[in-house]
Amino acid sequence: MIAESGALRRLGSDPLRLALLAIRLGPVLILLLLVVIMSMLSPAFLTMLNLGNVLAQSAVIAVLAIGQLLVILTRGIDLSVGSTLALASVTGALVYSAAPSGPVVVLAMLATGMAVGAINGMGYVLGRLPHPFIITLATLSAARGLALWLSGGQPQQGMPEIVQAMGGGSAGWLPYSAFLVAAVALAVVLLTTRMVWGRWIYAVGGNPEGARRAAIPVDRVVISVYVLSGLAAGIAAIVTSGRLNAGSPTFGDLAELDSIAAVVIGGASFLGGRGGVGNALVGALMIGIIRNGMNLLDVDAFLQPIVIGVVIVMAVESDVVRGRLESRFRIARAARA
Amino acid sequence: MNEPVCEAHAVSKRFGGTLALDHVSLRLEAGEAHALVGENGAGKSTLIKVLTGVHRPDGGTIRHLGRPVSFSGPADAQDAGISTIYQEVELAPLLSVADNLFLGREPITRLGLLDRSRLRREATEVLARYGVAVDVRRPLGELGLGIRQMVAIARAVSARARLVIMDEPTSSLAPREVDRLADVIEVLREQGIAILYVTHKLDEVFRVCQRVSVLRDGRLVHTGPVRETSRIGLVAAMLGRPVAEVRRHGVTSFGEAHEVGRAAPVLRADSLVRAHALNGVSVEVRPGEVVGLAGLLGSGRSETARAVFGADPLDAGSVEVAGRARRRWNPAIAIRSGVCMVPEDRKAEGVVPGLSVRDNITLAALPRLTRGGLVSRRARDRIVGTFIRRLGIKVSSPDQKVGELSGGNQQKVLLARMLCLRPAVLILDEPTRGIDIGAKAEIQALIDELAREGLGVLLVAELEEIVEGADTVVVLRDGTAAGVLRGAEIGEQRIMELIAADVSDGSAGGRFDD
Repeated sequence: MIAESGALRRLGSDPLRLALLAIRLGPVLILLLLVVIMSMLSPAFLTMLNLGNVLAQSAVIAVLAIGQLLVILTRGIDLSVGSTLALASVTGALVYSAAPSGPVVVLAMLATGMAVGAINGMGYVLGRLPHPFIITLATLSAARGLALWLSGGQPQQGMPEIVQAMGGGSAGWLPYSAFLVAAVALAVVLLTTRMVWGRWIYAVGGNPEGARRAAIPVDRVVISVYVLSGLAAGIAAIVTSGRLNAGSPTFGDLAELDSIAAVVIGGASFLGGRGGVGNALVGALMIGIIRNGMNLLDVDAFLQPIVIGVVIVMAVESDVVRGRLESRFRIARAARA
Repeated sequence: MNEPVCEAHAVSKRFGGTLALDHVSLRLEAGEAHALVGENGAGKSTLIKVLTGVHRPDGGTIRHLGRPVSFSGPADAQDAGISTIYQEVELAPLLSVADNLFLGREPITRLGLLDRSRLRREATEVLARYGVAVDVRRPLGELGLGIRQMVAIARAVSARARLVIMDEPTSSLAPREVDRLADVIEVLREQGIAILYVTHKLDEVFRVCQRVSVLRDGRLVHTGPVRETSRIGLVAAMLGRPVAEVRRHGVTSFGEAHEVGRAAPVLRADSLVRAHALNGVSVEVRPGEVVGLAGLLGSGRSETARAVFGADPLDAGSVEVAGRARRRWNPAIAIRSGVCMVPEDRKAEGVVPGLSVRDNITLAALPRLTRGGLVSRRARDRIVGTFIRRLGIKVSSPDQKVGELSGGNQQKVLLARMLCLRPAVLILDEPTRGIDIGAKAEIQALIDELAREGLGVLLVAELEEIVEGADTVVVLRDGTAAGVLRGAEIGEQRIMELIAADVSDGSAGGRFDD
């Protein structure tokens, strides 16, 4: 949690500060707690093989969540990422059958993702829509429909080796997809903390009108986060298609909800302007571990969504409590000064 | 006389049928703080927006640094050296102080990455010039409002501003922070920067500014050096009343004073305090009494009304209804104990335009009109019919949608909604704002009649309505009661004197010659 290290240094022993610190670090603590509980409940959990599994299973959500994070930072939402993933995978499979070249297929998948993202971003900004919900709901439907139509509703077998390696390969117990996630995360950390454009993303989410008055190109910043979220969906398509050696119109079903849940559970604010890559990764791992753990423990698979739902409510509530504590903290500090 | 930094000449701006600015000329000179004052709707914000390119003037010219200009928007104006510090836009609260300071023009390294050490160093330096020493890595939102404003000012000035427009900069500052702001304005003046200081606090005009202009109804009614302007003259100019001859016109439809007598107050609010708005206001309302709240914009009139109704949380103070002290106080409890309010903003806080007149009138009373969980239609229609007749609401039928009615009739619907709750005290915030003259008179007459029947009324309204309609006037200034006038004491002259009274310690604000 890059953004929190400074906070850690400044927070002292005041009870209000401790409560605030606990909430800010909450997602990480819960993640650690989950690991401890799982390793006590199931000896299989803390094995290299299983941890590799967890990482592989979390990779798709993690990549999507990092893209979704950028959108949510600007107070937006991208509902289309699951469908975009499916469309990109089908496009990749069709391109592969026509031109069996690894780089061409990879590029086709990434470009498909970015194209859908561009439609979202430009439709939202240039169409002067009040909220991105509707436009991304439209592409959620349309991209899935296009994927079904292009594939005739059937999975298209066959992916180039590089895609298969990304989805299913591993170095020892560490899946390649984990490295891919790490690379994406690193790039976005750089964007959000070290690049001007990244700072602008936070400014737009924190105060759109203020950002506009600071002469920041708000429209282009907003469009860019949807394009990047689409790009993330394209990368996620590579992982999914590679693992199953196919492109299918049914891939990524409801993945948009997982990605949003991961961002929120991880501690980023749903109200925009607050959160980092760390939050998205923590959230994705929490979902991954909950699913993996419940499988190991033979819990009915139908119960998993219920647990995820409860966790989402807890996460959003803690965001609200955090906001309230922070304003009390501010008042207390102002009173002392 | 100095060289003007920015000059508006005979600027006009029309919105639909109303002339928001009518040939306004303003000359802003280097190193001078120029106060712009005026009541609601006088045209202050429109003038700012014209100067900063948000609106295009319909007539007149704007010259900036000697050249005629026509800005395409705030960014364009900012590039030309006009920065505006808005009261409500506080940049991005979650970004660091340094990030906010350099938002939009961040220093970058040769690799194209954010140069964080330079950002931090320069931010610290810039703020030090204004006497602000904070850790610039802290999120802006963690800091007090005063410091946030300093950051906004420092931001404007380091963007090479020649003119800094401050829109009610002290409306949410603590007194100590106001002092600091005054010091900073002094520093800006020494740098030859022109300041347009929009405010409604007279003390600040006399303390901070060298020149003052008054807008009323879109026209410039006064401009001149502050030291040649008297406080009472300024108030009179803002309110549009001649100082010497304040006469009672009888332009409103209020009747003679009501029989209030020595009855015990039905509502007593004591020492209401709310940070940055109210500083110990007390109000008493007796049955049959109309209590008016007078004061300039921002003096705490609406804030008092809202606080008495429980619409805003209080930091201190107590509310007592019918002799019973209330510990918990909010609008729901207020309505249950017989204190109702018709809010200032009809559209945002009042009518539901898509619902019928019948539904709008009975919205609040509905729970009282049910039997066994079902609404008694007969009781409802009887009440609706009574009030439509009684208040003279002009409707084709009770089924007509409220959105189709005129402003005056909408206001009557809101009054009816509150009256059918049979309140003991009715709080009215600007009940005649934005409605035509005929409807105004009817509502004034109605308030009168209700008071005669024993209703206590707390009224926020224009000066002439207060003078003629109220039995008791509480004059507010900067969130405190500057005085209470009863019966024959009530008059425009007395009220204006109380508003203009100089309460500062004399060293800074005592420059008036009345």
